[in-house]
Amino acid sequence: MLNQTADLDRVFQALADPGRRVMVERLSLGPASVSELARPMAMSLAAVVQHVQVLEACGLVRSQKVGRTRTCTINSGVLGSAERWITERRTTWEHRLDRLGDYLAETADGPDLTGGP
Amino acid sequence: MTEHSVTHNTFVIDRTYPAAPERVFAAFASLDAKAQWFGAPRETLVTDPEFDFRVGGHERFVSKHEPATYTYDAVYYDIVPGRRIVYAYEMYQDDARMSVSVATVDLTPDGTGTRLSYTEQGVYFDGLDKPEYREHGTAAQLDKMGTTLAG
Repeated sequence: MLNQTADLDRVFQALADPGRRVMVERLSLGPASVSELARPMAMSLAAVVQHVQVLEACGLVRSQKVGRTRTCTINSGVLGSAERWITERRTTWEHRLDRLGDYLAETADGPDLTGGP
Repeated sequence: MTEHSVTHNTFVIDRTYPAAPERVFAAFASLDAKAQWFGAPRETLVTDPEFDFRVGGHERFVSKHEPATYTYDAVYYDIVPGRRIVYAYEMYQDDARMSVSVATVDLTPDGTGTRLSYTEQGVYFDGLDKPEYREHGTAAQLDKMGTTLAG
């Protein structure tokens, strides 16, 4: 579980990288080996390993080595904490601005309508 | 519950409306217009809303969502008619301050319509890490998060 602000900062920092977001999206579908994560990426295996280490350090991803294969899984609890902070505020405003669009459409014939096509 | 913490977050939402900037601005500039889309629903308000749309003026809503009372208290800092509104607001849950944010509504003409860019920079205080807010992770929400973080 994610209780400390420092951890949340690290989660946001980890997700600020587009390559790491691709990896997290892939892992949200199910576990994958490091080489599977590397396949769609235009980067070396060593670079992918470094990204996985960042994701592990903030708790978003766990990995386990069995034989020669390291398998990564998402820690959905940590992902949920990070999402909550952002989506809650954001969705409130998305809904508001959708309603604003509806309101503007409904009042389109109002006297304050400036010239249009 | 007594843990003290702060978390910062910035998000940006862009919308394009087929309405002139003056009309979009007007939707923010009067209580009657804003009540049509902003919320909270009038039936949840426990006092008459304050609405003083001028630099230095306050906007204040107190609404009841059982079991708590939420207070939204904003101060306008910059108003350029048809172009820009900047304000800061506090959110309270009962007597506990939940967050302080700076919000910018930036309006740009876009053909005969308007591009609206809403930016909110906030600091969120302790006590918000409640299990009931937890949500399951999905790839779709990650896309949103990516947009937010890139914004």
